[in-house]
Amino acid sequence: MAVLQMQKVSICALKRDRKQILEKLQSLGVMEISQLPDKEEGFETVSTQQERSIFDKNAALADNALDILQEYAPEKASMFAGLEGKKLVEKETYLAAADKKEAVMEAAADIVGLHKQIAEHKANIQKLDNQIETLTPWLSLGIPMNFGGTRSSAVLIGAVSGVLTMDELYALVLGQEEISGVDISILSSDRDTTYIAVVCLKGEEEKVENALRQGGFAKPSLMTGKTPAEEKKALEEQVHRILKEITDCQEKIAAHGKDRMNLRLIADYFRTRAEKYEVLGQLPQSKKTFLVTGYVPKKAVPALEKALKEDFLLSMETEEVPEEEEAPVLLSNNGFSESVEGVLTSYGLPKKGEIDPTTIMSFFYVFLFGLMLSDAAYGLIIFLGCFAVIIKFPRMESSLKKSIKMFMYCGISTLIWGILFGGYFGDAIDVVARTFFHVEVPEGGMIKALWFVPLNDPMRMLIYSMLFGVIHLFTGLGIKGYMLLRDKKYLDFFCDVVLWFVFLIGLILLLLPSEIFASIAQLEPGTFPAAVSQAGKILAIVGVVGLVLMSGRSSKNIGLRLALGAYDVYNVTGWLSDVLSYSRLLALGLATGVIASVVNQMGSMAGDGIFGAIVFIAVFVIGHVFNMAINVLGAYVHTNRLQFVEFFGKFYEGGGKPFSPFQSNTKYVDVKEETYL
Amino acid sequence: MSQLGIVYALLGAALAVLLAGAGSSIGVGIAGQAASGVVSEDPSKFAKVLIMQLLPGTQGIYGLLVGFITLSKIGLLGGGMADLTPQQGLLVLAACLPIGIVGLISGKYQGMTSAAAIGIIAKKPDQFGKAMLFPAMVETYAILALLISILSVTNLQF
Repeated sequence: MAVLQMQKVSICALKRDRKQILEKLQSLGVMEISQLPDKEEGFETVSTQQERSIFDKNAALADNALDILQEYAPEKASMFAGLEGKKLVEKETYLAAADKKEAVMEAAADIVGLHKQIAEHKANIQKLDNQIETLTPWLSLGIPMNFGGTRSSAVLIGAVSGVLTMDELYALVLGQEEISGVDISILSSDRDTTYIAVVCLKGEEEKVENALRQGGFAKPSLMTGKTPAEEKKALEEQVHRILKEITDCQEKIAAHGKDRMNLRLIADYFRTRAEKYEVLGQLPQSKKTFLVTGYVPKKAVPALEKALKEDFLLSMETEEVPEEEEAPVLLSNNGFSESVEGVLTSYGLPKKGEIDPTTIMSFFYVFLFGLMLSDAAYGLIIFLGCFAVIIKFPRMESSLKKSIKMFMYCGISTLIWGILFGGYFGDAIDVVARTFFHVEVPEGGMIKALWFVPLNDPMRMLIYSMLFGVIHLFTGLGIKGYMLLRDKKYLDFFCDVVLWFVFLIGLILLLLPSEIFASIAQLEPGTFPAAVSQAGKILAIVGVVGLVLMSGRSSKNIGLRLALGAYDVYNVTGWLSDVLSYSRLLALGLATGVIASVVNQMGSMAGDGIFGAIVFIAVFVIGHVFNMAINVLGAYVHTNRLQFVEFFGKFYEGGGKPFSPFQSNTKYVDVKEETYL
Repeated sequence: MSQLGIVYALLGAALAVLLAGAGSSIGVGIAGQAASGVVSEDPSKFAKVLIMQLLPGTQGIYGLLVGFITLSKIGLLGGGMADLTPQQGLLVLAACLPIGIVGLISGKYQGMTSAAAIGIIAKKPDQFGKAMLFPAMVETYAILALLISILSVTNLQF
């Protein structure tokens, strides 16, 4: 349960060592670089923009090449590849790849170039296909497209608009002036064009053409010296040749598949260097020295000092983080509690002066999640599933691993609650026993609930839900009290925490012996001695008077102070709604059980026998997968809500800045390093 | 003997499932439109927006829950239908109304809130935890309605 304490470290070293020192810092990954607020005399920063952009470009090129490789020589990836995490490589392998960076970058450029060629080829094929397309109507023409005619005859090749018959064509031509004769052949026709070849006397060519123009005659756009069929064949050969070239390119790219690992290493290498130069560009440097400052977790400082002083001549100063600066936050929790860090992070890290609520939250989280799902079989499935994933993918990315661990613990809790409430796939055991084995199911089911069945006794479950809620909320208020005590704000502790406890406990004690509660809890009135009610009355009055007097203590004006106090007492409605909010524990628990029963009931409707069993199994599998999915989602959302709104609302604000150390933020591989965190 | 009692009771169960289910389908529909928009830009956010889309789906389940409890209460499932007077039937009908009506309205508004929360995910995927809270706030009231419906149905004595 802790936020790691940070220290501010300043390192001053020789300028000639700057790159090696930064590399060391980067590989250690324990320092968040902070910029110096104001420039020191004689120090200035040196821009590294140019180098950085080259490295970034190289990294992008390698990434691009890898994407292309994946397209042409796909690497088999399992469905769970996302869980595998980054591969761990030895430092030597990494350095060896870095040595070959020119060759690898050449390969990357080659891949990208080939990919570009393929794109060009594809564009060419498209163009040729279009040409073939325009040739199609002319295919039945046996003479070259640009054939001018013989000594005394002329040939007009073209298209007229509209679908015309032979008669209409002759009418069109011969209807004009004196034309001695033509021979028209229709080559083809489509929806709105007729393709024709007209033979006429050379002397009448112009007249014929004019006549045809009346019908919208136009010469083809594509004129070649070959017959259309020959031309088409030539084009098709060209397409074929280009296709072969594409295949060649693809094979060449696929042959680069062996470079994949090196490309990954190089991409990460350049990414890392770009980051290093980014930091380098921020560092103030003098002629001979440079400065680097940043936050380091206190427990990593000695290791950092040792690692640096071993190899370099430098001076290192360590100080506490100054009051006015907000240190970045790094959480450190035990193996169980760290699993809910993701939930906390999604709300906000503890801000300065707040404690890390992860540990306390983790117990409540697992407890409440299990209570909402509360089915032993579902719990077991979740537990086994998450456990298998964790065992199978040891190098999973750490935040993902934490989340899966969280669900694993929640699975255990669900299992326990399921046993307490007697839910095993809802009432599956009873239904199977009744339907297929014709066993008389005893009252309370085949397997008795260890505690009680919420569906049969919802009022009891409601009261327990609220009891858990009160415990959860009081814990939150308690943590607020602890923080105030720690900061030595005793008056605040008394007024904002103790008085509220007194008031609320008083109200609860007043409520317990009342008739309403007795009827809800199905208790005999008078179970509680009169003293309880008496004590409650006193506590409530002390609390409310104290609150009215003290809550507005920041205001000097007596009237205003009392008004503010009275307003604060009004917050009791907030407490009421917070406690009522825990009724969702009952509602969601019932939802799981009842829908499971609906599924079982539907499955058993086909009766017994082989057919009935098959129907039952099908309905059972689909129904329970659906029910589990929807209820796990519900339990997750509502556990989060209870933590964020009800619990954190009592004491926690969040808003801390996460610790983001200067390190190798690689994409594909992790390089083996000694770490100190 | 008048059959009107069982008619009222069945009407109650039907209304619980029908209204709450309608609310959820409106809500999931609204959220789904927003979700599709986000996925068309960035398919990697699919899982996150899918969860958001499902959030308004719970009202329908609550309706089903109450409907189912009501059916088993009036003995429609196990055979041997209970003999209800019209008055008792109306009691069951009244007990079913909270989840039906609140489910309809909260389902719709939760869907709209989910759609807005999907907008958060589109712009700031790391704020998933907070984005999820807003639709969950709306759901509180469906849960309260569910609670009263369940408590009334189970505690009715015939």
